[in-house]
Amino acid sequence: MRIVVLVKPVPDPASGSERLGPDGRLDRAVAPNVVNGNDEFALEAALKLVEAAGEGEITLLSMAPANAPETLRKALAMGATRAVHVTDAALAGSCAVSTAAVLARALRDLEFDFVLAGIDASDGVGGIVPAAIAAHLGLPYLSYAQRIEPDMTTRTIRVRRTSPTGYDLLEAPLPAVIGCTQALGEPRYPSLKGIMAARGKEIVTRSLADLGLDPATHGANAATTALLDSTMPPSRGATEIVRGTPDEGAARIVDFLVERRII
Amino acid sequence: MVTESMPPTYRLTEEQTLLRDAVRVIADERVAPRAAEIDKSGEFPQDLRELLAAQDILALPFPVKFGGLGGELLTVCLAIEQLSRACATTGLILAVQELASLPLLIAGTDGQKARWIPKLASGEHLIAFAVTEAEAGSDVAAIRTRAVRDGDDYVITGSKRFISHGSVADLVTVFAVTNADPTAARSRRLSCFVVEVPTPGFEVTRIEHKMGLRGSPTAELAFDGVRVPVANRIGNEGDGFELAMKTFDRSRPGIAAQAVGIAQGALDVAAAYARDRRQFGKRIGDFQLVAGMLADMDATTESARQLLYKACVEIEAGTPDASRWSAMCKLVAGDAAMRVTTDAVQVLGGYGYIDEFPVERMMRDAKITQLYEGTQQIQRLVVARALLGKDD
Repeated sequence: MRIVVLVKPVPDPASGSERLGPDGRLDRAVAPNVVNGNDEFALEAALKLVEAAGEGEITLLSMAPANAPETLRKALAMGATRAVHVTDAALAGSCAVSTAAVLARALRDLEFDFVLAGIDASDGVGGIVPAAIAAHLGLPYLSYAQRIEPDMTTRTIRVRRTSPTGYDLLEAPLPAVIGCTQALGEPRYPSLKGIMAARGKEIVTRSLADLGLDPATHGANAATTALLDSTMPPSRGATEIVRGTPDEGAARIVDFLVERRII
Repeated sequence: MVTESMPPTYRLTEEQTLLRDAVRVIADERVAPRAAEIDKSGEFPQDLRELLAAQDILALPFPVKFGGLGGELLTVCLAIEQLSRACATTGLILAVQELASLPLLIAGTDGQKARWIPKLASGEHLIAFAVTEAEAGSDVAAIRTRAVRDGDDYVITGSKRFISHGSVADLVTVFAVTNADPTAARSRRLSCFVVEVPTPGFEVTRIEHKMGLRGSPTAELAFDGVRVPVANRIGNEGDGFELAMKTFDRSRPGIAAQAVGIAQGALDVAAAYARDRRQFGKRIGDFQLVAGMLADMDATTESARQLLYKACVEIEAGTPDASRWSAMCKLVAGDAAMRVTTDAVQVLGGYGYIDEFPVERMMRDAKITQLYEGTQQIQRLVVARALLGKDD
């Protein structure tokens, strides 16, 4: 079983230090970078599948600035086999469309049975890259996965896709791209053994030239989206925190809604 | 022993950060809730010893070749620091496992390492370090326990005092006199042995009741004609004193790490209290006399920490000044721990004096870091000697 997990280093949402730079974009130099939350859930799903099968390899694929290997180390420590890091100065400021094209191109050089990706990233929250990659590669795209069941003998994959009423059951032939949700299960904390073993794991670097891509079609100047404006959300007004037993809480919430003539 | 992961800068590597955070999670979730009870009951926390083993934390100091994780000195100290933040007794489990294994790691043959290290790394065995005697604390060369050669064995007779984990260890690294000739050089009289216990003639004769570190058993050990094969001697006859000194160069940072951890734990409690406690209409942290204390506590802890980390990197890199670095970091950290924990009790006022809050325990725990692994006075002698050299 060969799985590729798409991984994006993002500013750490928990650090509280996200702020906008002078160009109105997220200042990526400030916050410490971590692996995008949803991608960790995708990686955890991959690790569980490999463990259940008793065999398999997980390759991380990331398009990110040059300092990404530091961030990828945690994902390697969780148990991924190796990483491929696409990096190029010309990629700075790339839009989602460009990102998807680059990652799809990189995937053409890898052998895999399926690709897992977090459904969106906590910085851009665009949510289109995994689907766009599947479109580029002409592969089935199974989204919002809450359960993933590959069958290597029949070369098919079944996914439970989260829906407003529960879930849909999807099935597709391999290879395929799967968009992963947090319903797949909490990512493990890397063990000490895993952390020390990550030292010896391979991170292959690939530039635009390695991929045979033209820098002019990527990066800030070629972006298909333009950032017009960004503002901080207004600070919250007074909030009331309801504590107590569920019955007490329910009573207070009902009173609250009645006071405001909502019910 | 420079490796690629050694930082050329003053920041921890990503690997070291991951490791520190991994141990912190374990310390916060599994160790901290047990700390008060361990202190109250005075019982060695077998469950936490097993937890450290299961999490591979005890494997950190040992070479990969023999089943360890091959952690550098800084990596081991990061783990000791995080554990000690939650519980000094638990931090000591890792610190002593490292300390007592050092003679073997420094001077043992591959055969000896292969015999003993795998089970130390897995945590199946604990090891204790037996130098100190009732009449020989600071004056290591004055120990009187004898090891007399008899055929293919040595016969060990004497007693050791204040031996951490002496009653729970499976192996004891024992230093004994093999050359009692009064004309022999003082530093060539001792040899080092690994004693596998239980064994005939070996007895735990006393467990101390201590001010702090109450969950860590501190034992008096009696050796009444204990036989060990020659194969259990570490290094050559007469190497014992040098081996003990080389051991301290690497083990003192471990105690410094324990001290920094204790200090940080106390600071965390005091800072949280100063944020919450209100008097005279405002939080006490906003009064300058209290804010000043907390600032000094933070600066004291951080400077002890940074000296420790630097010392670890220097010692790992093979600096000829290892003794200076190791004595200095232990000196500064021990004093820091005592000062910060005492001030933490002060910040909490009356609440700092009762066991409902952990700072009184932390203050009692901190004191030992000024005493063992070489008293603060001995550390000062080592630093001064490095500074001044010998009188020609």
